[in-house]
Amino acid sequence: MSTVTDIAPRGAAAAGWTPRLRERVQQLLAFASLIVIVAFFSFANPAFFTYGNVTNILFSTVVIGTLALGTTFVIIAGGIDLSIGTGMTLCAVMAGVFITNAGAPVWLGVLGTLAFGALIGMLNGVTVALLRIPPFIATLAMMLVAQGLALVVSHTTPIYFKDAPGYTKISTGSLLGFDFPNAVLVLLVVTVGSAVVLNTTLLGRYTYAIGSNEEATALSGIDVRRWKIAIYTLAGVFTGLAGVMISARLASAQPSGGQGYELQAIAAVVIGGTSLAGGKGSIVGTLIGALIISVLNNGLQIMSIPQEWQNVILGAVILVAVYADIIRKREA
Amino acid sequence: MKIRRAGAAVAALALALGLAACSSGAGAEEDTPYIAIVSKGFQHQFWQAVKQGAQEEAERQNVRITFDGPADETDIEGQIDILGNAITKKPDALGFAAIDSNAAAPLLEQAKGAGIPVIAFDSGVDSDIPLTIAATDNKAAAAEAAKHLADLVGGKGTVAMVVHDQTSQSGTDRRDGFAEWMKANAPGITLLPVQYGGSDQGKSADITKSILQAHPDIAGIYGSNEGTAIGIVKGIQESGTTGVVVVGFDSGQAQIDAIRSGLEAGAITQDPVGMGAELVKAAVKAIDGEDLPPSIDTGFYWYDKSNIDDPKIDAVLYE
Repeated sequence: MSTVTDIAPRGAAAAGWTPRLRERVQQLLAFASLIVIVAFFSFANPAFFTYGNVTNILFSTVVIGTLALGTTFVIIAGGIDLSIGTGMTLCAVMAGVFITNAGAPVWLGVLGTLAFGALIGMLNGVTVALLRIPPFIATLAMMLVAQGLALVVSHTTPIYFKDAPGYTKISTGSLLGFDFPNAVLVLLVVTVGSAVVLNTTLLGRYTYAIGSNEEATALSGIDVRRWKIAIYTLAGVFTGLAGVMISARLASAQPSGGQGYELQAIAAVVIGGTSLAGGKGSIVGTLIGALIISVLNNGLQIMSIPQEWQNVILGAVILVAVYADIIRKREA
Repeated sequence: MKIRRAGAAVAALALALGLAACSSGAGAEEDTPYIAIVSKGFQHQFWQAVKQGAQEEAERQNVRITFDGPADETDIEGQIDILGNAITKKPDALGFAAIDSNAAAPLLEQAKGAGIPVIAFDSGVDSDIPLTIAATDNKAAAAEAAKHLADLVGGKGTVAMVVHDQTSQSGTDRRDGFAEWMKANAPGITLLPVQYGGSDQGKSADITKSILQAHPDIAGIYGSNEGTAIGIVKGIQESGTTGVVVVGFDSGQAQIDAIRSGLEAGAITQDPVGMGAELVKAAVKAIDGEDLPPSIDTGFYWYDKSNIDDPKIDAVLYE
């Protein structure tokens, strides 16, 4: 797998391909890596490649995948968002406050949660763009604020969605009528939506522009600060959605935890070929990156590999992905 | 100019807070003994129940307590920092539940040097400094869980274990107590390798689904704490499997519901409120220079659908 990803950009550069084409090849290679891993596990254990297990894998991708989609925008724009994990926990608690404590209808509670996520993201955007605090620090601070607030608002007690059975259906129900959980459907829809926004809208174009060369973008008359706030706000909406998805799955808002999810989401983005230096990346790549992480988790568990080694292997995959990114930049 | 004014305001505020803290602290310290309690966490219901028991007992004994812990029950370093801060405050006694049973040793030496008696609770420390430990006998409790699970599956089949972590003594004891009992008493049962879910419900659910996928004939699954047991139940529900016997640990609303509805066969409950009370009682005895037994068993109970409403059980369950 590593040789495949390493050689490709070199070959691409030698052939004198356009950057756009090179990116496509990169995506194809991430996809090929996924296929190789899937093939390996299918060969190693017949229980792996079954309909039930593939749904399991997709299902377990939903939360990290949702967070990773929002983070893709932020990272392409040259930023980082460390607040998404605990922000998700806070949003889950807010969903509990809206729906259970305040008795709001499910749809309104979900909208409120998404709006609350947007608010967290907007605050991140304001501290980064207007106060000019480096994103790493600004969102690290927000990570702590969100973690604390989640515990304060919930009085450190889980909130249960007992009186809102419809809420849990958002995750575990099946709208399609067969064994295909809604959560996966939600992930697929927001993936397509994100790809459309990133590839066809002004916001998407400016996301790439700011990440490639912020100064040049500003000089060409674009209000970079405003667009940065918009990008972080969008990431916040994904944080809110992840909060809805995890609390709907667990039928409860757990006030603790969430920390560590941001790193997995960032890992998914990086494995998917988005450059941490900004300016480059894709939604499809991120989805593939998130899938690679869940396939590894699931496959290694099915093979009864001890958890400690699962982490070692995941870490090695991240190193390979980042190394591939460095090679690509050297060639460019 | 603006910045300087803001800085001055912050400094003034800090000073005011500092003065307020000093004045309130000094008065109380002289009146009543102070016991600093450092737990493994504070956000789980279990720790809230321990805190409640400790507070009630502190009121009865007329002592003052603080109850701190890291936000994350796997944050060993965070807990060590909190422990260090607690020792700095020179309490009359220290209650401590170690996340990692080795990591706290140097700080406990420091407490000993400062003449602060230490009472361990929940999880033991590899040290002879704590005068006693107020805890559930986790190995015996896990063996009880194993016994019930073996009975429920008829003494044969494949059984999986999902454990909350591999560094704390409560984690290792609940793993080993279960596995050792099975090996010694249930020759017909095959135990799968242990998986660790880090107390995370979602992660434990994913692990459970992987186990079900790899071993569709599984007879039972044991979860070693609240988050883990709830995760196992979720995983089984999500995969649509039926007939797997789930045995859990601790309580909490979701687990109580799962037992009432039959998704979970039963669980072992500790007595967290009693644990908090025993901890404070032992600390007060230590302050008064009284002798303490090497360990105080705070008890455990098996509960299932049949006895969940029993007043004796109801008293030790927490939502």
